[in-house]
Amino acid sequence: MSARIAGIGSLALAAIALLAFVPRLGNAYYLALSISLLQYTVLATAWGMFSGPTRYVSLATTAFFGVGAYTVAVLGEILPWPLVLLIAAALGAMVAGVVGLSTLRLSGVYFVIFTFGLTELIRQLVVWFEVNKSRVLGRYVFVNITQADIYWQLLALTAAVFLLGWLIARSRLGFALRVIGEDETVAKHCGINTTFAKVALFTISATIMTLVGAIMAPRWTYIEPSIAFNSMISFQVLIMALLGGAHRLWGPVLGAIPLTLLFELLSARFPNTFTIILGCIFLVIVYMLPRGVAGLFERRSAPSAKTTQRVTA
Amino acid sequence: MTNAILTGLMLGGMYALIAMGLTLQYGVARIMNLSYGEFLIAAAFASHWLFTGWAVSPFVGLVLVVPLAFVLNFAIYKLLLTPLVRRAPNRDALEVDSILATFGLTFVIQGSMLALFGGAYYSYSFLAFPVQFLGETVAANRLAALGITILLGLALYLALTRTRAGTAVRAVAVDPFAAQLVAINVPQASALTFALGGALVAAAGVLVSTFLTFSASSGVVFTMKALIVVVMGGVGNMLGCLVAGLALGLSEALVASYVDPGLTLAVNFALFLAVLLVKPAGLFGRATR
Repeated sequence: MSARIAGIGSLALAAIALLAFVPRLGNAYYLALSISLLQYTVLATAWGMFSGPTRYVSLATTAFFGVGAYTVAVLGEILPWPLVLLIAAALGAMVAGVVGLSTLRLSGVYFVIFTFGLTELIRQLVVWFEVNKSRVLGRYVFVNITQADIYWQLLALTAAVFLLGWLIARSRLGFALRVIGEDETVAKHCGINTTFAKVALFTISATIMTLVGAIMAPRWTYIEPSIAFNSMISFQVLIMALLGGAHRLWGPVLGAIPLTLLFELLSARFPNTFTIILGCIFLVIVYMLPRGVAGLFERRSAPSAKTTQRVTA
Repeated sequence: MTNAILTGLMLGGMYALIAMGLTLQYGVARIMNLSYGEFLIAAAFASHWLFTGWAVSPFVGLVLVVPLAFVLNFAIYKLLLTPLVRRAPNRDALEVDSILATFGLTFVIQGSMLALFGGAYYSYSFLAFPVQFLGETVAANRLAALGITILLGLALYLALTRTRAGTAVRAVAVDPFAAQLVAINVPQASALTFALGGALVAAAGVLVSTFLTFSASSGVVFTMKALIVVVMGGVGNMLGCLVAGLALGLSEALVASYVDPGLTLAVNFALFLAVLLVKPAGLFGRATR
């Protein structure tokens, strides 16, 4: 087992080292595409970290992404970059903590409803604040960060997310979450503090999403609430994670990479009907691949898993 | 003050009407419909098209749009949602699946409306003259909408409590499994109730379009408010729906006129959370969940 872990670890390190040279290729289009790929990989993996094991569907990816992006818009020129990232992460964690503590103690539906409206709520609050208090709506982001910098930061974040996800899956917290996902009542009876486990992981996953938003912000030179809080991001991340299979750490990547490429193609080719196509793809995934691509692999490697599951259910 | 309260009550009546359909869909058919608001906006567009293109009064439009919505929603339940109901091993799994499926449907409908009508705001002028009501000046179209809302609400209440079919529907809401033991055709009742919910939201859409401006992307807000009202009132409970809707409308009107109109959604959420933290099953919900 440990030899296998060492093998996978060294393979991952080699992949990261190889990927770090992408900006050196000097092709702006490929760099931009790689940034999109990494962005969605991190977002989808972070989404899967919480929603995969617990089966609580979160529709609030955009809310956290937007908080990160908007923090950069407000503070980016005033403070040094690492401090800005730190503040963004802290803000995201705070919002997630408050939302988690107030809704995750209840049943799953309330959480879904709340995350469904969270983006709109935060957007409205930001607009209200900007109109009434700071009296600017829409800000320019002038920070000294190049596309290559964004890429390297995202790559580092990707590595961190996978390491974190792997560590959590092996920890007591990860085990607790899997039990909660199987049966929450049983989890409570086993002495698991379900609220703490859920809120903790939700906060971790949301903090990562916030960081992605903050890192991506310099890509736009102009940010306003409708750009930062674009609900399409929540939707796309959800599709990617589901296609890949959110119950595995490596699942969402399998959805993020092909779908980012596909969306890139579709949004350029069919700008007007893009949303409709997206919705249809999503429906197909929900109906045809309820356990994602990762589920297909599992079925092949363990054909008896399905029958045993049906007996226990 | 009277004006704010009156506005709030009218707004609340509208929210109650919007939420009635969802409470049927979620409480009886067990479908958490996230594309609910899109159906409302679609009906609003239909009414707009009938009124501006064919000079059909929205009240006549109601007679055309509502049956159409009933048939459409029936088809959606039969074709799109029945496979999910069959596949789901338990209620929680169905909830997750229906959330995902209707979330996808949201984007299909919204995208279609964006492609057809663009992102602009639409409105038309119907019964837009002031009338005196309880010593305050209000718009006639809002008053007419409130009247129809009350009629619809009463009709639904009587249908659910006084008829055989209504009793069957309530039985399914209480326990879909046990309802089968008393010879209720649960799949059929669920499909019809889902369609009835769709018809109600279409009626709400037509009424809303007479006095509110709307755009292809404003459905999400209506879904949000309907969800809040349904959960706040207790799932599947008509009276709870009414009370929660009125509370939401009142709080919104008061905040809009005394604090800031930009904070209405924040107030909705605050109220929602406050109710849930005190009574997790909603105002009129039974605590057995």
